[in-house]
Amino acid sequence: MTIYLPIAELSVNIFVILGMGAAVGFLSGMFGVGGGFLITPLLIFYNIPPAVAVATGANQVVASSVSGALAHFRRGTLDIKLGLVLLVGGLAGATVGIQIFSMLRRLGQLDLIISLLYVVFLGSVGGLMLWESVNSLRRAANNKPVSLRKPGQHNWVHRLPFKMRFKRSKLYLSVIPVILLGFAIGILTSVMGVGGGFIMVPAMIYLLRIPTSVVIGTSLFQIIFVTAFTTVVQATTNYSVDIVLAWLLMVAGVIGAQYGVRVGQKMRGEQLRAGLALLVLAVGIRLGFGLVLPPDEIYSVVSGSFGF
Amino acid sequence: MRYAAFLFGVFLLAALPAAAQLVDPTVTINDKFSERIDIGISTNEIAITSDFSGADITVFGAIDGADELLLATFAYDVVVALEGPRKPTTVRRKERVAGIWINRHSIQFGPIPASYSMSSTRPLADIANLMELASRDIGINNIRLVPTGSIGDGSRLTEFRDALRRIKQVGGLYQRDPTGVQFISKALFRATVRLPANIPVGQHTVRAVLYKNSQFVMEKEIPLRVVKTGLEQFIYNFAHVYSLAYGIVAVLLATLTGWLGSVIFRKD
Repeated sequence: MTIYLPIAELSVNIFVILGMGAAVGFLSGMFGVGGGFLITPLLIFYNIPPAVAVATGANQVVASSVSGALAHFRRGTLDIKLGLVLLVGGLAGATVGIQIFSMLRRLGQLDLIISLLYVVFLGSVGGLMLWESVNSLRRAANNKPVSLRKPGQHNWVHRLPFKMRFKRSKLYLSVIPVILLGFAIGILTSVMGVGGGFIMVPAMIYLLRIPTSVVIGTSLFQIIFVTAFTTVVQATTNYSVDIVLAWLLMVAGVIGAQYGVRVGQKMRGEQLRAGLALLVLAVGIRLGFGLVLPPDEIYSVVSGSFGF
Repeated sequence: MRYAAFLFGVFLLAALPAAAQLVDPTVTINDKFSERIDIGISTNEIAITSDFSGADITVFGAIDGADELLLATFAYDVVVALEGPRKPTTVRRKERVAGIWINRHSIQFGPIPASYSMSSTRPLADIANLMELASRDIGINNIRLVPTGSIGDGSRLTEFRDALRRIKQVGGLYQRDPTGVQFISKALFRATVRLPANIPVGQHTVRAVLYKNSQFVMEKEIPLRVVKTGLEQFIYNFAHVYSLAYGIVAVLLATLTGWLGSVIFRKD
């Protein structure tokens, strides 16, 4: 059964889209990530124009992060104050990112930069996570205690000025690295169509030393607003948010996520992180091959608005 | 599953005055000949619905004042083409730079038909010579591709043009059917042109050209609009005219979907 996407201006198989949404929803529920980093590349593999894939991906992430953040809010594992500080940087970053996005589109290098960013970020984050989780798995096998956070241990981040107290996170931390982190993720949100959780979560844990328990809820909280903002700005500057495509992905994603969460709860933390790392790496490697292998067609044609 | 819209419109001579009110034909005539071609379609609008996956349209036409003997010896040839809206088009070429394939060179072409679907009585090469066809933009290989802006030293222009035609054909936007025009009686013909699923919306043109013994006789054009309908049209307009409201609606829809998901599947 085909359905015509009014903004992407092409007909797609509705079951392929729903299947994609459900599969990504399942994985995002299982690993506690937004799934934007999977949705956008999948849409591009399925011939959705990259500009539409990125903008629609951001819209889809709004739904999955609302769903996730609400669950964390009920459990009290969400630091709203920390989230708001991240958000200040995030909104500024998203504004800059949209400008970069529009400029790359004019230059005809948008798809290259999107792929490159995915390869670099997915490759490095996936690699680091895999290395860390394999080490934890090894330690667990040797019956040594597993700890991510070493209390009392400080790095350069904790010597910066403008400190603020974050009660829920039990932290006294400078706002500079928090805003900078939000800013960087904001750029990625608008250029890559991702929530950025897969980068923000490790950065918050390892760099800012925020307790793991509040990290996911807080990152989801700020992702809601940055992706919502990105969606609105993409809609007004590039007209590239496809609401039909986004909604199909959301519905399938929200349902898929419920089953993912159940499977995720039966697994151990290190196993989950290793699984997520492998998934992230696989997507990165697939995109990397696309850049390096000789393409079937070295020419491309752009006509009208999103023809590339 | 191919949804075929057969649009019948047999326009016999008697019906022509009525047809003239429906559409606004553009006519080019070679005064040497007395034969005339007329075409008709039953609608001047194709609607793209949400399950649109391409369509066939049938154009009916007649050769008026045709010589019986020449008809019997197949001296008349008809080419029917559906040309999409003209859009400036850029062709880019990837090259390997530091191991990565990136877009290096590009050539911009002046407005060319975004889609082109052609049917003819015979392969074009048998209908008329290349010069004649090229002068009238008939055939995929004869669509005029005029570069605008920089073309470098021009040595790659042919490659870029070939690539443009090839990509358009692979994507189904440019198609041809050398036997798509059939005579159903002596002077009456039927042409089937295919609309691909990714047909661009906008003003299309149905062109019918009559040749007699490889000589141009007459050309007639009628407009055909391809439009989105219903919800698709509404969403597209909404997104472009009220883009801020559209963006906010998209966010609210996402928030609502996410919230409903967390409420419906809530376990605690």
